[in-house]
Amino acid sequence: MALLDVKNLGISFGGLQAVNAFDIQIEKGELYGLIGPNGAGKTTVFNLLTGVYKPNEGIVKLDGSDITGKSTIDISKAGAARTFQNIRLFKELSVRDNVKVGLHNQYHYNTVEGIFRLPRYRKVEKAINERAMEILKVFELEGTASVLAANLPYGKQRKLEIARALATSPKLLLLDEPAAGMNPNETKELMDMIQFVRDKFDMTVLLIEHDMKLVSGICEKLTVLNFGEVLAQGVTSEVLNNPQVITAYLGE
Amino acid sequence: MLKKIDKRTKNNFITYAMIIIVFMVVQILLASQSVSSLMQGLLVPLCVYVILAVSLNFTVGILGELSLGHAGFMCVGAFSSAFFSMCTKDVITLGGLRFFLALIVGALSAALFGVLIGIPVLRLKGDYLAIVTLAFGEIIKNIVNTLFIGKDSAGFHFSLKDSISMNMEPGGEVLVNGPQGITGTPQNSTFTIGVILVLITVFIILNMIHSRDGRAIMAIRDNRIAAESVGIDITKYKLMAFSISAGLAGAAGVLYAHNLTTLNASPKNFGYNMSIMILVFVVLGGIGNIRGSVIAAVILTLLPELLRGLSDYRMLVYSIVLIVMMLFNWAPKVREWRERHMPKNLLKRKQTARGDK
Amino acid sequence: MSFLNYLINGISLGSVYAIIALGYTMVYGIAKMLNFAHGDVIMIGGYVSLLASSTMGLSPLLSILITVVVCTALGVIIEKIAYRPLRNASSSLAVLITAIGVSYFLQNVALLIFGANAKSYHSMVSVPAINIAGKMTITGETIVTVVSCIIIMVVLTMFIKKSKSGQAMLAVSEDKGAAQLMGINVNKTISLTFAIGSGLAALAGILLCSAYPSLTPYTGAMPGIKAFVAAVFGGIGSIPGAFIGGILLGVIEILGKAYISSQLADAIVFAVLIVVLLVKPTGILGKNIQEKV
Repeated sequence: MALLDVKNLGISFGGLQAVNAFDIQIEKGELYGLIGPNGAGKTTVFNLLTGVYKPNEGIVKLDGSDITGKSTIDISKAGAARTFQNIRLFKELSVRDNVKVGLHNQYHYNTVEGIFRLPRYRKVEKAINERAMEILKVFELEGTASVLAANLPYGKQRKLEIARALATSPKLLLLDEPAAGMNPNETKELMDMIQFVRDKFDMTVLLIEHDMKLVSGICEKLTVLNFGEVLAQGVTSEVLNNPQVITAYLGE
Repeated sequence: MLKKIDKRTKNNFITYAMIIIVFMVVQILLASQSVSSLMQGLLVPLCVYVILAVSLNFTVGILGELSLGHAGFMCVGAFSSAFFSMCTKDVITLGGLRFFLALIVGALSAALFGVLIGIPVLRLKGDYLAIVTLAFGEIIKNIVNTLFIGKDSAGFHFSLKDSISMNMEPGGEVLVNGPQGITGTPQNSTFTIGVILVLITVFIILNMIHSRDGRAIMAIRDNRIAAESVGIDITKYKLMAFSISAGLAGAAGVLYAHNLTTLNASPKNFGYNMSIMILVFVVLGGIGNIRGSVIAAVILTLLPELLRGLSDYRMLVYSIVLIVMMLFNWAPKVREWRERHMPKNLLKRKQTARGDK
Repeated sequence: MSFLNYLINGISLGSVYAIIALGYTMVYGIAKMLNFAHGDVIMIGGYVSLLASSTMGLSPLLSILITVVVCTALGVIIEKIAYRPLRNASSSLAVLITAIGVSYFLQNVALLIFGANAKSYHSMVSVPAINIAGKMTITGETIVTVVSCIIIMVVLTMFIKKSKSGQAMLAVSEDKGAAQLMGINVNKTISLTFAIGSGLAALAGILLCSAYPSLTPYTGAMPGIKAFVAAVFGGIGSIPGAFIGGILLGVIEILGKAYISSQLADAIVFAVLIVVLLVKPTGILGKNIQEKV
């Protein structure tokens, strides 16, 4: 059974069909890429998968359960986590607190326990703190744990966003242009990190990218989106050599 | 890691210590009779304003929503508790117990209003939310002004027009008399109780901020869409923050109501004028800075009194001081100038996360 | 008094609110700030016109002219000294609080100069009242107020659409940075916005005091708040919205006072606002801007 099973997903905005008959199957542990020219609808697909938009047609199944049309919060609890094209960090919180927010649904104590600092608060906060630092270490951010997220350099901000998404213990990680704005060195670092995350955390990754080095470097399978429809799908090397795909990117 | 936790606890400790020290100093001054009766009369109001400022800062600085109707919650707390105290005056004769119960009545009523108002209001965007909260504040004040509640042997009577249309028996007592409000509330508020309430308020707010709930609320403030994406229930936490803030404002109202013999909902003490005055405390003390709210509320309440020497000109001076302070603290060009001449100061400021004081 | 009478009074009051709301909505749309001191500029307009006509004995026309000039200058100066330095402040609350400070300042200056006692105002309007079929009288003030409001609306709309400065204002309201890159002088445009808004406030002050001839330093505050409510009601940033919001608010207030309760009239006005915003959160003519994910 595929971890992510999407059939016939579609949405239109005021008469314009933004995404049409979108199918995708991603197996557990796969590193999957979603590519296509600008405006093809890739982020719209992400928004559909994560509950930001409700689809007009289609079915989305995550690890067997139907998440079609569910809210962002429910989908997050079902195990899908995402990052955003324009980084969305909690700017006025520290790096560590950003990750702690990601851990929100993994550790619980109630409001009263929090206000009165009861033993459960202390115990759970300690666990949250340890786990947050663990995650930061994976991304080599533990040295900047107390720094304000807004003060981080751009590359580290992107890493933090991924760290926060990972903190939700997802089954599927959706990364929206994680390498945007990065130089070749940072991109190489990112490629290594995504693979490391996939291996260490048993993660399945779906990423949107324009950077072909990254796509061909780590993605095992690809789906190419053009004008909201699937143009090609399959093993990376085949898809990238598909003449239709080449035309779509380079134009006639 | 352990160092950071200590730093925060140390910071909070400084805030509590500050409040307790001021309390002790005032007590000494009172004992030695060196406090004018004017200043004595300000002691309980000072506590009221501090609680209002800290609770509003929770909504504005931590939740990140501009509420211009905070006085409305104070009004609910004041009137519900005063009404309760009046009704139980003869039944519960132990003043302390009755006041404690009145406190709970006032705070819970205000918190309830916080939830009722929050449900429709918190989904509005920024400026619209501001004007609707202002509208609610005015509505509450208006309705309280037209409320007539009386009691006789048959029970309670109620009218929105005047006291006569309640049709009470001749021996009936008018408890809430429309624009004249409630008269004869037992005066249970003391400076000591006020300071205790201040400490409780600061305790609740500071502990909420540094907890899982507080982080969720601040995450909503900083980026609602990202908060949703990590599974945070936006409505639940917005309502939680809003109603806790309202409940604490209600408690301030209880303190206020039991400090006067007459309680009425005049525009000056329960209208947008009051809401705005509290907002000024919050902004001047630093949005998200709890200790700052305490300090600002105290200074800005005392300032007009200290300026009494200037008598007629004092409000004018107050407004000029306000404008100058805002320009000094917030104008980017001024901050650049300050950075060049006092670098250490400004650098320290930018490094603490909003909500860490 | 008949329903029609109340309606006309409501439209008249609403016209004043509309004129004030126009100033609010323009400043909000273009300078992106809530000018809390706007209501108090109205009050200053009332006092200046009173000073000019009663104390200095000038003709109504001259008094009105002087008032508009003084208020316009006042608005421009306030913007330059108190608001412009905070335009790029890290929080939009900063300029809001400063506006509150300016509001207090104006109120207290008026208090010091003119005292707290209400001054009685001589109507600037010399247009005679109209008597309709002996059953209903429409005062000259009402006529002038409504007509002025309509004229102002039309002139302003044409100004925004046709003139270069008007188009510049539109550009700044859409995107300040882009407007600057296109060579628009943002500072001058915003100054002009405040000038127009304050000039309108002067007129509103004169009309308000002509119809309700009692003037204190606090006369401007409540109409200011109500006009802001009207601007939000109609859709903030929209000129026709300010007009509709103002008129509707005035009508609701007068009808509420007449048919339900004069004490609860304000509460009713605010309640209507809340209901509208719950149904259409951006106001009657407001634009719905979706946040990009």
